Amino acid sequence: MAVLVNHPDEVRVVSRRFGQGAANIHRYLELDGYKAVQKALAMQPDDIINEMKASNLRGRGGAGFPTGMKWSFVPKQSPKPKYILCNGDESEPGTCKDRLILEHDPHSVIEGVIIAGLSVQSHHGYIYIRGEYRYLLDIMEKAIQDAYARGFLGKNIFGSGYDFDCFSHSGAGAYEVGEESALMESLEGKRGIPRIRPPFPAVVGLYGGPTIINNVETLANVPHIMLGGGEWYAGLGTPKNGGTRLFCMSGSVNKPGVYELPLGYNLRKMIDDVAGGVWKGRKLKAVVPGGSSTPVLKADEVDITMDFDTLMKMGSFLGSGGVVVVDDQTCMVKFALRVMKFYQHESCGWCIPCREGTDWLKKTLIRFHAGGGVKRDIDNIQYLSENMLGRTFCPLGDAAAMPTISIVKKFREEFEAHLEGRPCPFETSTVEQLPVLTAFDHRSADPWRRAH
Amino acid sequence: MFTHYPIKRSVLVPMLLYVQDELGYLSDEAIAEIARRVDTTELEVRNVISYYSMLRTRPIGKYNLQVCTNISCMLRGAEEVFDHCRKKLGIGHKGTTADGQFSLEEVECIGACSWAPAMQVNYEFHEQLTDEKVDQVIEKYRNL
Repeated sequence: MAVLVNHPDEVRVVSRRFGQGAANIHRYLELDGYKAVQKALAMQPDDIINEMKASNLRGRGGAGFPTGMKWSFVPKQSPKPKYILCNGDESEPGTCKDRLILEHDPHSVIEGVIIAGLSVQSHHGYIYIRGEYRYLLDIMEKAIQDAYARGFLGKNIFGSGYDFDCFSHSGAGAYEVGEESALMESLEGKRGIPRIRPPFPAVVGLYGGPTIINNVETLANVPHIMLGGGEWYAGLGTPKNGGTRLFCMSGSVNKPGVYELPLGYNLRKMIDDVAGGVWKGRKLKAVVPGGSSTPVLKADEVDITMDFDTLMKMGSFLGSGGVVVVDDQTCMVKFALRVMKFYQHESCGWCIPCREGTDWLKKTLIRFHAGGGVKRDIDNIQYLSENMLGRTFCPLGDAAAMPTISIVKKFREEFEAHLEGRPCPFETSTVEQLPVLTAFDHRSADPWRRAH
Repeated sequence: MFTHYPIKRSVLVPMLLYVQDELGYLSDEAIAEIARRVDTTELEVRNVISYYSMLRTRPIGKYNLQVCTNISCMLRGAEEVFDHCRKKLGIGHKGTTADGQFSLEEVECIGACSWAPAMQVNYEFHEQLTDEKVDQVIEKYRNL
């Protein structure tokens, strides 16, 4: 099981019950469990939404869309049933926070789903959990069963006359399904291929009904906001960036782990102090601020506050909260290659710029990293990436392009160091499981012809 | 499970995974039966299977070692871990040992970034791996 960490600067809201056995419903009830739902049951739907708006809670899945606003888009009258969909398909590289919430505090997610349901008068919720997280699916199923047994779910919840059903649902391995419209397709038993928008899910979503889709962490925050009040929650962060956030510190640091810090926390402090600094006495080279799809920051760009707006200004994103620290012994070409290999593997293949773009970029980067690059490849990599941006159905194309563009722009000299058949300056071991084209003279041989 | 959803088809993805857990893989017979139960064609079912990376139509070893080599793990030595597994088991990516006990796979992010490098053996997580720890894990499953 994942090890828990702590730091004095942490402000525990969503992680308040971590390590306290709250997956057990008795324990959860002792820790103020299910009070928020009862409070919400006594409120008008619009008041719930207003409370959410006041909290300035922004989506924790990656896009950072204001949650209250998202809920307010659902039409009041709908001929089709409305749905609440909890996105637990966490698979953005660098992100491992939903796992902790689902493991330590599954009931808070259920509460969040019910409250979201009350706010838009929906009676059905689904909690989608990625297939790899089987032990978490088991925990969630137990939690749902316990909630049903006590009348917190099902008909006439808490004796209020309101019906609400909630079910968990397993994925089977697909990053793309984390995209909201692909998630709905997957839940409908299909390939996880994104839908074109408009119509947006809030109007036409799951089974054609209006649907709210929120990340696990977003929904786990909802009961705390209901109990503490939107204003209190907003006050924890910076203006327009309410509350706290689970930051997953990983990569080349001494104390990796998931830390809950207020939005607006200084990134340098997060690396040097909270995560214990760069490991092995090495220097900082780059930081991925919010999961592999966000553009990287250079070592001299880390004196910033971690909130949605500041990172947007820096040309990056706060994303999913996955902070990956890269030390100075890491080859950025290899890093770009590994990121691209991931997106090429995960591209659903539906639209051409992403399917072909990621494949070409992966092949080019493999050849380049192995020493078979030519100067114009560097511009080609950038050109190809730039042409993927904004030209795909869903953000996966952008997610592949954005980090690549930033790495080429910010670490161009490392690409140049690989030119003219020179071996990677950072390669210390001979480990290489990628299909590498072995040494060839790029001036006289076409690598692809030679390979066949 | 059918009662959880307004349409039958919704059970397909979890059902495929649960059947695979029982059989080890999705056999032709299993696919035909699943298609019948969710009122769709075998072709549709195969179409869905081919999309999800955890679903397979061929048997593999009893214990499947899935080593993550994505960025957070890579930065903490996942490639060395994967290479160690390869040498230890004498098989490569997507290979299976002759005795059918172990399979090896290089996988994408499994959500263990803060506890990297990590792998899953079937559904079980093993984190903060070192060569010695990998040896222990393999021994543990070998003796099960």
